[in-house]
Amino acid sequence: MALLKFSRRAIIAAGAAIAFATSAIPVTAQTPDDVLVVGQIAEPKSMDPATVTAVNDFRILMNIYDGLVRYKDGTLEVEPSLATSWNISDDGTVYTFKLRNGVKFHDGSALNADAVKFNFDRMLDDGHPYHDTGPFPLSFFFSAITDVSVIDDMTVKFTLNAPYAPFLSNLAYPTGLIVSPTAVKKHGKDFGRNPSGTGAFKFGDWRSNEAVVVEANADHWEGAPNLNAVVFRPITDGNTRTAEMLAGGIDLMVEVPPLALSQFQGDGYTVHEQAGPHVWFLILNAKEGPFADVRVRQAANYAINKEAIVNDVLEGTAAVAAGPTPPAFAWAYNESLEPYPYDPDKARELLAAAGADGAELTFYVTEGGSGMLDPVAMGTAIQADLQAVGLKVKIETYEWNAFLGVVNPGLEGKADMAEMAWMTNDPDTLPFLALRTEAWPDKGGFNSGYYSNPKVDELLEAARASTDQNERARLYQEMQTIVQEDAPWVFVANWKQNAVTSDKVGSFSLQPSFFLLLDGVTKN
Amino acid sequence: MIAYIIKRLLSAIPVLLGISVIVFIIMALIPGDPATAILGSFATPENVEKLNRDLGLDKPMIQRYFIWLGNMLQGDFGRSFSLNKDVLDEISERFGATLVLAGVSFVLCSILGVVAGVLSASRQFGITDKLITLSVLIGISIPSFFLGMMMILFFSVQLRWFPVSGMWPIYGARDLSALLSHLFLPALALSVVATGVIARLSRSAMLEVLRQDFIRTARAKGLSEARVIWRHALKAAMVSVIPVLGVQAGFVLSGAVYIEMVFQWPGVGRMLVEAILKRDILLVQGGVVFVAACYVMFNIVVDIIQSLLDPRIKT
Repeated sequence: MALLKFSRRAIIAAGAAIAFATSAIPVTAQTPDDVLVVGQIAEPKSMDPATVTAVNDFRILMNIYDGLVRYKDGTLEVEPSLATSWNISDDGTVYTFKLRNGVKFHDGSALNADAVKFNFDRMLDDGHPYHDTGPFPLSFFFSAITDVSVIDDMTVKFTLNAPYAPFLSNLAYPTGLIVSPTAVKKHGKDFGRNPSGTGAFKFGDWRSNEAVVVEANADHWEGAPNLNAVVFRPITDGNTRTAEMLAGGIDLMVEVPPLALSQFQGDGYTVHEQAGPHVWFLILNAKEGPFADVRVRQAANYAINKEAIVNDVLEGTAAVAAGPTPPAFAWAYNESLEPYPYDPDKARELLAAAGADGAELTFYVTEGGSGMLDPVAMGTAIQADLQAVGLKVKIETYEWNAFLGVVNPGLEGKADMAEMAWMTNDPDTLPFLALRTEAWPDKGGFNSGYYSNPKVDELLEAARASTDQNERARLYQEMQTIVQEDAPWVFVANWKQNAVTSDKVGSFSLQPSFFLLLDGVTKN
Repeated sequence: MIAYIIKRLLSAIPVLLGISVIVFIIMALIPGDPATAILGSFATPENVEKLNRDLGLDKPMIQRYFIWLGNMLQGDFGRSFSLNKDVLDEISERFGATLVLAGVSFVLCSILGVVAGVLSASRQFGITDKLITLSVLIGISIPSFFLGMMMILFFSVQLRWFPVSGMWPIYGARDLSALLSHLFLPALALSVVATGVIARLSRSAMLEVLRQDFIRTARAKGLSEARVIWRHALKAAMVSVIPVLGVQAGFVLSGAVYIEMVFQWPGVGRMLVEAILKRDILLVQGGVVFVAACYVMFNIVVDIIQSLLDPRIKT
């Protein structure tokens, strides 16, 4: 009996504890009306646009900074931003930009030609006094620049070592965003935590692993944004991010896990989708083994049921890819291209003709990684499809960084095929780095399957040297037709980026660039 | 006593050195380097080499180890390249969060575990015993991260009693009640398995003790049953329970990794997971050495407490 007293006391204590805990229940996470809370996928690395590489960081930075040019709403074509106009020399090597008057950085200093020069010299010149604020991993986007000179206060001239058509598009990329030289000089290496740009929002606060807060810039050259502030919360786990969205802790969530999309079908949420400049493909080893024969490479393209992959594995969050260039590059995309149909019989025929029946293949699969979608499930589906036409596929799985370590140096002597995905900002980038003969791994490129076609090389060189968009478009379209026929890759999917907003959020749309632009967004 | 403490402290030095060597070698041998992780798809051999040079990773391994060790002994853990921040600043900022979570869970599982074990032993084969044994079995069998996710779905999404994730509200006061409401679910999820383990051990330790002569003597003296159980028997049983508490502290600390991921708790466990995926060598190495040092210290404290409870251990 005496014991019971104790347990009764214990029960009372436990009850008190629960009462205490529940009394602590907050008036759940109601955020102010004019503040947008965004669920991000990770803690950002830095707010210095020249030093970062992740889309996750870009989503914040595009709202704090402006570049000389930017992508037109809903497209991947450039339009004026901090530069109001520019002209390109006939040989395509000199770009002269007129800057917008009266633009000020958030720290009060003025945007002028000296500031622009400072930005590019800091990245590109090893001897620059603030070069030590790097490293600048994507500075090779601008490696064609040999000189940046100030013509007058509001005019700046870039000289390139050769014509380089993607230059303007690269300037619109976050690596080209213009930072305040005054702030870099003041904060040095800590500029990344004390950023200052010209964008629609100015930096407010960065609480590590909790939130980055940006506040409206009332003096923005396009007028103040509608929102008072935006809070970016890093929520790494996709399920937890979904739960936060359902519980009302965030207003906008990016990268919704495909299986969670059905949670947001009802009223109260809007699901946004936008195809981007992304392509998911299999690199085929065209140098040795069965895939050295073009018929076997085509057979793989026929054998794999891409519809099933995008609809069943990816739950409709991607579209079937037809060729090496994503349709998001509308101006450069070859509309006449049809994806390889799913045709196992045709595949078997081609394999028989090539004498590759029952060939054994080694297939590198990654566990995850940037833009890789659901690589293990996709790899398994692909394995089954190839098995069905008589190819024996052995999967080897690697963690993402290890995967890049084995795939980027080339597949020779190791594997017959490997998964890969790219997101780029210009139709030049991926084929130039991954399909040319000059881009074989031993020459420093990403052509890990050793594809080589002199005609493709020629088209890509010509497209890079041309500054006429129509001419470039024609060259890229021709390249796509040849590459599709040659099948150095299995073209699998183009990812549709997604996001969910609550019904309080208005005027939001995703961009094909995958950036998150919030200056027009409202919340009530 | 002092000599014993000094001896235990000295024995920690080779352990920590060993850990520093192991974590360094693992990070050096693990496939994929930081430059590849930073550059992602843009990791050409040329870019990788340049960035590795910028990051100081082009020196020979042995030399890098001694540079790192030397700097660390002077309190310089280096700079994290995934966070662009001093490693020690980051660790100390986040260790506090882990300490709150793991500390509360540890206290929770120690108290609940011991009380459940004692109650269950003192009514062996009774209904209380059976209920407790069954709950313990269920608790031990549920992976804590799964339990955490289910708790979020039920208590946060459905009932909206507690916030889903994080440690502090984005807006509003950062006071004790705000902290407790964020802490409640993760601390509970983290303590469940350890509670089960401790309850089982306390139960068997108590059963052992309750059969001994001095308990019969105590009862014969006419002491109340409560006094017999909670004073006499429990003190004797604690000698075998306390070392288990030490082990469970390690378990709670390592379990915090999962729970911190699920609840997005800004602690050192989540920091390490993210740092490993980004190949942030200095942050991983510094973090592991730091956590190991804390764990070693904690075990020394447990040993000392034990030697106080049972003087035979010292010799």
